[in-house]
Amino acid sequence: MASGHDVTSFDPRRVRADTPQLARVINGRTITYLDSASTSLPPRTVIEAMSRYYELRHANVHRAVYQTAEEATAAYEGARESVANFINAPGGSNEIVFTKNATESFNLLAKSWGAANLKAGDVVLVTEMEHHANIVPWFQLRDQLGIEVRFIPVTDDFRLDLSNLDQLLDGVKLLSVTGMSNVLGTINPVKELAAAAHRRGALIAVDGAQSVAHGALDVNDLDIDFLMFSAHKMLGPTGIGIFWTREEILHAMPPFLGGGGMIADVRLDGYTPADGPARFEAGTPPIAEAAGLGAAVVYLEHLGMSNIAAHEHALTGDALTRLSLEFLGRVRVIGPGDTVSRGGVISLDVEGVHPHDVAQVLDQFGVCVRPGHHCAKPLMRRFGLAATARVSFGPYSLVQDTDVLIEALAHAIEMFG
Amino acid sequence: MSNLEDLYREIILDHYRSPRNRGELPSPPAIRAEGFNPLCGDEITVYLDVRDGVIADIKLTGRGCSISQSSSSLMSAAVKGKTVEEAREKIAMFKQMMTVHQSTLEKDAQPAEVDLRAIGELAALQGVVKFPVRIKCAMLAWNTLSQGLDEIA
Ligand SMILES: Cc1ncc(COP(=O)(O)O)c(C=O)c1O
Repeated sequence: MASGHDVTSFDPRRVRADTPQLARVINGRTITYLDSASTSLPPRTVIEAMSRYYELRHANVHRAVYQTAEEATAAYEGARESVANFINAPGGSNEIVFTKNATESFNLLAKSWGAANLKAGDVVLVTEMEHHANIVPWFQLRDQLGIEVRFIPVTDDFRLDLSNLDQLLDGVKLLSVTGMSNVLGTINPVKELAAAAHRRGALIAVDGAQSVAHGALDVNDLDIDFLMFSAHKMLGPTGIGIFWTREEILHAMPPFLGGGGMIADVRLDGYTPADGPARFEAGTPPIAEAAGLGAAVVYLEHLGMSNIAAHEHALTGDALTRLSLEFLGRVRVIGPGDTVSRGGVISLDVEGVHPHDVAQVLDQFGVCVRPGHHCAKPLMRRFGLAATARVSFGPYSLVQDTDVLIEALAHAIEMFG
Repeated sequence: MSNLEDLYREIILDHYRSPRNRGELPSPPAIRAEGFNPLCGDEITVYLDVRDGVIADIKLTGRGCSISQSSSSLMSAAVKGKTVEEAREKIAMFKQMMTVHQSTLEKDAQPAEVDLRAIGELAALQGVVKFPVRIKCAMLAWNTLSQGLDEIA
């Protein structure tokens, strides 16, 4: 279990040295990467694991018997094992399905489990702070089956409004909620929500895209039923995502995509799907990416998830304090102003400067932040915004990154003021 | 910062801070056209009062970044009082200016040859070409105007 690691040697400078892209010079300045919520930068060990596959053991998995094919299969299945341990999946690697990304994992949830278990009038309860990945598949299912999609509102303090939770849970078959908002940084009380959902006979799905890389995520302890996340937000490569559910639920889920790899038998009159995760992994899977993901998990566990969480917590507190002191209200934080139940994502609304312009000026300082609606348009609407400029930290972030951010922000304000 | 100053020229900042022709026109009779940039949430509404083939008045509402807002302000000033034909020519010219030569890469990109005298103040937006993701911002108002002109019976 990741949280069980007790590594006291965590040093963000070492992580920085391990991450090749952080040595890049952009517009004459060393890159200041503050966009880890969008995608995180892989350490050398991840890149090397992928190169090793391509250089030495490129072969398809689960098919041939020659040596390189067995090595490829071992790397692929080894990653499944590592991920299962990483999230403390009670049934081990039999519960881990590899997809393309968190978005595909949500589509698997809605289109396989959802279509088989929901009927007209059933309710899927999500929240106003969800990423589109946890909204659109449910709307698609609503249009197809006539289910109801209901939203837990967000308070003016950027937290879930749980005052009417009992009422909201009425008729709910699935509560699907993000562990951490990719816009606000708010960390949601998943364990309490799981207990509340289960009391009402509902299941709970968690969007782990943001939370998984920034603190230990133990599905057993949280007592949740589904978890979706992407490797590229946890120092891994793009192109591979994870879907986790308990074995008995997975066993009863109908196949999603059809083709090779997901069958037990195909005849002229039909087919029998494979058992276990294979049923949901049609076609040649992302093998190099799985090798990279496996290396990312090992690396994160070596750093220690609680160390990462503590480091990012400190950076966030420092940035929130300095932004408010430096800019005295001209830079508004769209998210909790304190660091209680809050991760390292800080959305900014800079008075008189559009987020696009903020990001453009920051780019001249080599500072990477993300402008836009962050695929959370209902949330942006809730706060009357079209966009924000979002700053987000990773394990390689330093206080010095915030220094450059503040210098660049001051320049943007001066330019447009 | 030279690239940045190329993008955010004084005229652009001026039109961003004090946009021209802001407001609405009663529609109908005015033509009303809406444009969106789904990537960054920029939005614009163009109102056109066209009489005898002339854009007698133009008003704009919407919000967005300095590039989309100044481009729409500059656009309104450039076509107000002009014939529909002249406005279409300006649109074509502006599009040409925003076209990146395929052979040049990002920051070294040069705008296509344009007649700078004919394009006037609009030339201030030339620097946008060096920032390919911002071209959409600059084009929004012009595409919306074009849509509006297409609605003329
Ligand atoms: C909270 C949240 N959920 C889901 C996603 C979707 O992840 P992906 O684009 O990797 O499918 C993201 C990433 O943008 C996210 O931040």
